[in-house]
Amino acid sequence: MDIISDIKKPENMVYGRPALLTDNVMHYCPGCSHGTVHKIVAEVIEEMGIQDRTIGISPVGCSVFAYNYIDIDWQEAAHGRAPALATATKRLCPDKYVFTYQGDGDLASIGTAEIIHACSRGENIVVIFINNGIYGMTGGQMAPTTLLGMKTSTTPYGRDPKLNGFPLKITEMLAALDGTAFITRQSVHTAAAVRKTKNAIRKGFEYSMKDVGLSFIEVVSTCNSGWKLSPVEANAWMVEHMFVKYPLGDIKDVLK
Amino acid sequence: MTEKILMKGNEAIAISAIRNGVDGYFGYPITPQSEVMETLMKEKPWETTGMVVLQAESELSSINMVYGGASCGKKVMTSSSSPGISLMCEGISYMAGAELPCVIVDVMRGGPGLGTIQPSQSDYSQSVKGGGHGDYHCIVIAPASPQDMYDYVDWGFELAFKYRNPVIILADGIIGQLMEKVELHPVKPRRTAEEILRDAPWATTGKPASRQRNIITSLSLDANTQEEFNRKLLAKYETIKENEVKFCEYHTEDAEYLFVAFGCSSRICEAATDILREEGIKAGLLRPVTLYPFPEKKIAGLAGQVKSMMSIELNLGQMVEDVRLAVNGRCPVGFYGRQGGNIYTPEEIVDEFKKFNNLK
Repeated sequence: MDIISDIKKPENMVYGRPALLTDNVMHYCPGCSHGTVHKIVAEVIEEMGIQDRTIGISPVGCSVFAYNYIDIDWQEAAHGRAPALATATKRLCPDKYVFTYQGDGDLASIGTAEIIHACSRGENIVVIFINNGIYGMTGGQMAPTTLLGMKTSTTPYGRDPKLNGFPLKITEMLAALDGTAFITRQSVHTAAAVRKTKNAIRKGFEYSMKDVGLSFIEVVSTCNSGWKLSPVEANAWMVEHMFVKYPLGDIKDVLK
Repeated sequence: MTEKILMKGNEAIAISAIRNGVDGYFGYPITPQSEVMETLMKEKPWETTGMVVLQAESELSSINMVYGGASCGKKVMTSSSSPGISLMCEGISYMAGAELPCVIVDVMRGGPGLGTIQPSQSDYSQSVKGGGHGDYHCIVIAPASPQDMYDYVDWGFELAFKYRNPVIILADGIIGQLMEKVELHPVKPRRTAEEILRDAPWATTGKPASRQRNIITSLSLDANTQEEFNRKLLAKYETIKENEVKFCEYHTEDAEYLFVAFGCSSRICEAATDILREEGIKAGLLRPVTLYPFPEKKIAGLAGQVKSMMSIELNLGQMVEDVRLAVNGRCPVGFYGRQGGNIYTPEEIVDEFKKFNNLK
């Protein structure tokens, strides 16, 4: 008997891919945070045993194809409109777990009205917000969350507030709204951070059945392709620069 | 005995939605159709049928709420007026692309831009030809009375689910605000979860282990896949054209002259036809009830019978293009219209008719 087969016994398994992640090859760039966040979303749904009661809403942007990777029912929204779809879905099907998965261009730029009013109405949905400070899908343009001085294809000399305005801290804005229940900012750059983000997503899913309002999990993420950095450099850059503007931690929890 | 109630066209939409088992309404206030949502809010159907009614933050949001609700296989609808429908066109295109059923009520007002709040029919082309981007069609049905407003909600959902396609009820400020007796048909309950699973197996109802996941999307990056889908839509539209054309005829059997008019204009043309008949002129009227599919075969047939046709519309001449296409040069086709919220009288139409036909 070879050594590998000897090791691959169920009792030795300490890590595996969640069954709810499909076999489709992900289109994300190596090093991108999306893959990790997808995995923990799949894990949460699987561990809660709610596959048949969960409806995901995917955005326009890199994660438009989220529906190819997590084995649940999905609706693919127009750019920025996911919270409107989620609102109707949850109100018409209150026994379902409903979440949106949106990037910073989708949520914090073109979809500001939809997210603000879904929060303000206190919709019992979960919003997973991937903030990497750039438009990845369209080739690295400035996002509302792009840091000052940060170079993108539409801020080739760095983001200048006189020319391009300031980075939008939308998560803090949403925390000020009465309809939000749980607001947190997390990351997935270390194993510990991944665990914290997973716990936050699970809490959001649980809150969505408690009629307490909207749960919002921002995940400060890397876009190493858009940032023109290696995956390792991108993580270091994120810690050094993104976390200064977008500090991690819980911002609001109405049940605490 | 069926119940008859005096109500506005806009109120008829709301009452019909509740009585016909609609699951959800999502809207945003705009004149001249705000009574639809006001009536729903006053009736509180969430306490009786369980229908969801929600005032959204914009028309963009309301049509996307409709997208979400329709994705779940629910009977969901919205209503608006011209500028609001323009905002919804993004969502309508996505719904056509995702093949989602819904009913959208457009109580037209004058345009372009903010325009007027008076009645108009100037969004014929927007509704019938598309409005949003991409090759698609909505099924468009045009009521001419509050009774039609009541009846077309249920008919609209029947068509929407039969073809998995958005349906537009294209009304105007007159039909929306007009008060007439409306006969209320027996109540239809909302569909149960089991009935939705049976009727809409494609819907996002939560994926059990036993089936593939349902994905509602209009995205395909591959040109061949998209072309195949476009051709599938074309085949659907051809079936709709074959099966669903509906029109009303008034004195067409022996008509030598024909009016073509929809919605409120058809009622005014009915009166104009009567005046001409009294004068011994054999006029008739064809009222397209479905604007898409358009009754082109019927019009082509009548083109061989009448001396001329006139399209009468509250716009600068939109449906007349479809009439001319159907007639294909076989008889002269004239047009008369009013704009900006002004409305013609039957006598005015008779005068214009005589001018066009060189009759005294």
